[in-house]
Amino acid sequence: MNLFDYVRPTSVAEAVTAAASADAAYLAGGTNLLDLMKGGVRHPGRLVDITKLPGLDAVETLADGSIRIGALVKNADLARDPTLLAAAPAVAEALLSGASAQLRNAASVGGNVMQRTRCAYFYDPESACNRREPGSGCDARGGDTRGQAILGWSDACIATHPSDFCVPLAALDAVVEVAGVDGSRDLAFDALHNLPGDDPSDETALRPGELITAIRLPAEVRRFAPNARYLKVRERTSYAFALVSAAAALDIADGVVSEARLTLGAVAAKPWRAHAAETALVGRPVTAETAREAAEAALADARPSGDNADKIVLATRVLARAITLAAAGTPERMPALPGSVFAAVPAQTATGAIHG
Amino acid sequence: MTLTLTLTVNGERREVPLDDARPTLLDVLRERIGLTGTKKGCDRGQCGACTVLVDGRRMNACLTLAMSVDGAEITTIEGLAENGALHPVQAAFVENDAFQCGFCTPGQIMSAVGLIAEGEAGDDPERIREGMSGNLCRCAAYPGIAKAVADAQKRLADNERKSA
Amino acid sequence: MAETLQFPTGHVRLGSNAGQPITRRDGALKVTGAATYAADNRPDGLLYAVYAASSIARGRVTHLDVAAAKAHPGVVEVMTTANRPPLARDPDAKVHMFSWRLEALQDDRVRYAGQPVAVVIASTLEAATEGARLLAPRYESEAPRTGLDDGEAFAPEAVGVGAPPSFDKGDVEAGLEAAAHRVETQYETPAQYHNALEPHAIVAAWEGDHLTVDVPNQAIAIARNDFASFFGIPPENVTLRSPFIGGGFGSKAILNGPQILCILAARMTGQPVKLVLTRQQMFGPVGHRGATRQALRIGTDADGRLTALEHRASAMTSRFDDFLEPAANASQNIYATPAMRQIHTGVRADIGTPGPMRAPGEASGSAALECAMDEAAEALGIDPLEFRLINYAETDPASGKPFSSKALRQCYAEGAKRFGWAGRPLAPRQMRDDAGHLVGWGVGTAMFPAPMFQAKARAVVREDGSGLVEISAVEMGQGALTALAQIAADGLGIDQDRLEFRAGNSELPDGGVAGGSGHTATAGSAIFAAGSDAIRKLADIATEDEASPLFGAGNAGVVARGGRLYRADDETRSASYSDIMARAGLAEIEGEGTGARNPANAEDYAMFSHGAVFAEVKVDPELCQIRVSRLVGAFAAGRIINPRLAESQLTGGMIWGIGFALHEETVLDPRTGRPVNGDFAGYHIPVNADAPSVEALLVGEDDPYVNALGVKGVGEIGITGTVGAIANAVRHATGVRVGRFPIHIGALLG
Repeated sequence: MNLFDYVRPTSVAEAVTAAASADAAYLAGGTNLLDLMKGGVRHPGRLVDITKLPGLDAVETLADGSIRIGALVKNADLARDPTLLAAAPAVAEALLSGASAQLRNAASVGGNVMQRTRCAYFYDPESACNRREPGSGCDARGGDTRGQAILGWSDACIATHPSDFCVPLAALDAVVEVAGVDGSRDLAFDALHNLPGDDPSDETALRPGELITAIRLPAEVRRFAPNARYLKVRERTSYAFALVSAAAALDIADGVVSEARLTLGAVAAKPWRAHAAETALVGRPVTAETAREAAEAALADARPSGDNADKIVLATRVLARAITLAAAGTPERMPALPGSVFAAVPAQTATGAIHG
Repeated sequence: MTLTLTLTVNGERREVPLDDARPTLLDVLRERIGLTGTKKGCDRGQCGACTVLVDGRRMNACLTLAMSVDGAEITTIEGLAENGALHPVQAAFVENDAFQCGFCTPGQIMSAVGLIAEGEAGDDPERIREGMSGNLCRCAAYPGIAKAVADAQKRLADNERKSA
Repeated sequence: MAETLQFPTGHVRLGSNAGQPITRRDGALKVTGAATYAADNRPDGLLYAVYAASSIARGRVTHLDVAAAKAHPGVVEVMTTANRPPLARDPDAKVHMFSWRLEALQDDRVRYAGQPVAVVIASTLEAATEGARLLAPRYESEAPRTGLDDGEAFAPEAVGVGAPPSFDKGDVEAGLEAAAHRVETQYETPAQYHNALEPHAIVAAWEGDHLTVDVPNQAIAIARNDFASFFGIPPENVTLRSPFIGGGFGSKAILNGPQILCILAARMTGQPVKLVLTRQQMFGPVGHRGATRQALRIGTDADGRLTALEHRASAMTSRFDDFLEPAANASQNIYATPAMRQIHTGVRADIGTPGPMRAPGEASGSAALECAMDEAAEALGIDPLEFRLINYAETDPASGKPFSSKALRQCYAEGAKRFGWAGRPLAPRQMRDDAGHLVGWGVGTAMFPAPMFQAKARAVVREDGSGLVEISAVEMGQGALTALAQIAADGLGIDQDRLEFRAGNSELPDGGVAGGSGHTATAGSAIFAAGSDAIRKLADIATEDEASPLFGAGNAGVVARGGRLYRADDETRSASYSDIMARAGLAEIEGEGTGARNPANAEDYAMFSHGAVFAEVKVDPELCQIRVSRLVGAFAAGRIINPRLAESQLTGGMIWGIGFALHEETVLDPRTGRPVNGDFAGYHIPVNADAPSVEALLVGEDDPYVNALGVKGVGEIGITGTVGAIANAVRHATGVRVGRFPIHIGALLG
């Protein structure tokens, strides 16, 4: 790890000023940043430690019913927050399916959404990576591509976004509150992460030095609470990144889907909101067939970025399953294995109640 | 530049001078303070061997920049036993043969203490296994670990009931 | 099983302490953080060494930015090929069977990715780490060879450690020709890394010509001699301390380059130096289980009896050394067949040299064999357990010798009963659970040799009646400090609470190698013999002392128990050790013992531990994620010294089987030879949630031939049988037979 300046601002205004230099980085939980610094992937000249900034660690319900989650709320605290559990249970399930309890105790909301890809070639400073070093090339192409993107990738980059948390956030039309030296602004969650295009190093819509201060969930997300799930397929039962994941949140009336929110995870450089699949479900009951048709619509444009065509098959099945699980109802209690294929929630115990 | 890090470790206040801000909590504990019970298995948050309690919560000390927890209360494996008596989690680990080589054990135990304090797993074996999955054990003492955590949870709950 | 076993010298009996399921003697140390592992040492004046690892797999180092590293605050010294102090031994020399060629900056060649190419020594770990990064090596790189297909095939002279590369019995071709059913199949196993939770670590300190090293080591005496020869000093000038090993699994039995580099760094700087590998560096110079491709041909008659069994294995090794996973040999001693053949081929590539990793050969070979056996059973339409019983080997199929003991039939029966094997549908895809997951059941036979090596021990009876036993035995999690102490206490005829047991240090009598599942048998025999020797001397004194209640009993007429000697013919007459010694005016009585196999028994008998493993898997029918929902193993391994610890060894081995079957694999990028997944995030080993139900049953076995203790070993057998059982269960659940380990979701998606 290189030597760096270490500063500990006491307000957001101080923080964004301190982070104005080009080689500054914000330090919150550190679970991703320190990992990258130890791996020689990032070499910030200045760390702006925001862990003690006041006012960013609360989950609150605003006057309009929306839920404001401070950027420094720890993943673990958010996952057990009663407001969130009642309003957006799939977000809690996604959080709890990720990493380990220790990491969730450290990782912040803002840090989670800003985490970098886990592409092995991005992580290896000796490999060419346009995302890490613009113009250097992409060694992931033609390399080990099993975990790489099947949607939205470009010749410059085939990496995927690793977050579980972001998948339901995208589905629920979350809003990102951002502060900068020029003031604050809101960003639609879907606009936060960029697809790689020609310059994958341009990863987010944040301007240099901007700081995420909160994530807001609109009041209407509560409509989906009774039928919301997160499903994550992985090679190990726990403590593993997703091969493919999906969030499904349904508003079902009289046995028919009136609105669907569907997002795939680990298939693209950003959480992949499946609008075509959402449209395909509306006005129909959820059956094995309608779920499969919707999922197929979501993957219609998918193409392998290497030797990973089977990921398209898997993604289709994962989304279809997430839809049927959501339709069966949010389980009364958080499953013992959150997000797992082996969550052990037999259909008959799913009551449509929210997580307690 | 010299920095001063202040921590309360196992109830004892420590001031640790640092040449720079790079050291992690793990390297401060092991190489500066000399509390080597906390282990380094991967240094990247991928194994859990370095688990300690920071202000009562289980965390990976390897991914915690020491300066970022300036002022915090840290509990390590050395601070668990009281007056020479093993903590119920420690005792349960011995009784259930919940370790072999012992290298991951301090992290497992601190993680178990954190898990029990979180109060969400109860005595459900599946929730305990999931809750302990952030702690790798290459000897694979997992069945014993899961039993030990369940036993200790029960013992601590009984103690609490008695003292209530 | 006999409750006690009389030892030939007659005075002491195994069974007062041995056989008891006591908790670990080092338990309190390990749960309080007080057990000291190598990297926990912090001698005064300590410096930190970090090495830069090559990012290419083949070529030369052409430039290192030594100036940049030296300019970094805290950096004390940089060691490269240019200034590395001389060694008294060539790192490329093969000095003995257990010496591997290693890299200690002897030249600028790069032989595999992750090879040390320079060492930075600094006053802090942070400075050494950054200094090593700043070296930014440049290379002249050549295209590497990395796989079984692009590597260079060769006919090996030996496999494993000195085993013949091929074996033939009977006429395999005729057996296959005559068979009613034939199966030809192939399985691949990947490179796997030991990845003990404790990374390789060493703290080295010189005092003049005396070297002290704190280093986890499974073969203390061998390592001490090797360190001495590298530095041109007599072995007695090396003190090697290894009180606790944070997991070895074979990788800490072999010396490695980073250890030599750390000792050199200490010599160069004149200060103690600590070098600890990063997790990423564990995928380089410290050995691994080599990849294999195995082809099997099995012929059976109409009744299911084997007519021929052929097992061919290609095994990968490095370009510069020869360890080959002896995978095919797993077929030699397990199923009765009139004709068998095992053949190994070597394949060289630009990788670090493989080495022994928990059940070397047996693990990979058993995985392929047990799958192939199921394929044969399926071709016959016979239950896979019944098929194994039809081909039960009453004598060793390879040598024709009788087994010293073999309770495998009981293992099959007890394991099947506990698991509930009866009623298993023959066809795949017949069972589902409540959640709709496919359920499958599989079985595999477990087997591992019961070897012995050489060991010495010293035992002392003290005037207060307590005992001391000294041996450089190795505690690496298997429970040596506990199980060996139990044997030691019985050897001295005292309660184990009255025993001081010293181990893990090169100053003690040579305890041999903690490997090959032979440590308890070997070191235990030496310890028991040493105790018996001391007690014989004590009995001599007592029976010749006119004032003793034992006077006149004759040396052979007394028995030791609980710190007293009793007349064998009249147990009302006894004397405590302390009384005997006080009367004789002795402060202590010392005995010595050795452990090794009786050569006549070795000639007459085949000696193995056996077991049967039953697996249940659940597989999502569409998403294809797999979970091993249940494992039941029943094992017969001679006398069990401590059932609690033995069960832990066995269940741990079985969970290694889960990792082998479903998780573990190192993926090399063929363009660079670098691991794509060289850390714990990418190289998966099982987590707690992967092992919801794992159970090991101990089946009694009384073996008078393996050694006087009747002890075999339990350290490695658990992984054998299990891998095949899981793969067979996946086949039973899904109908898909996957020919490559680990079994990934992608292979089942269809």
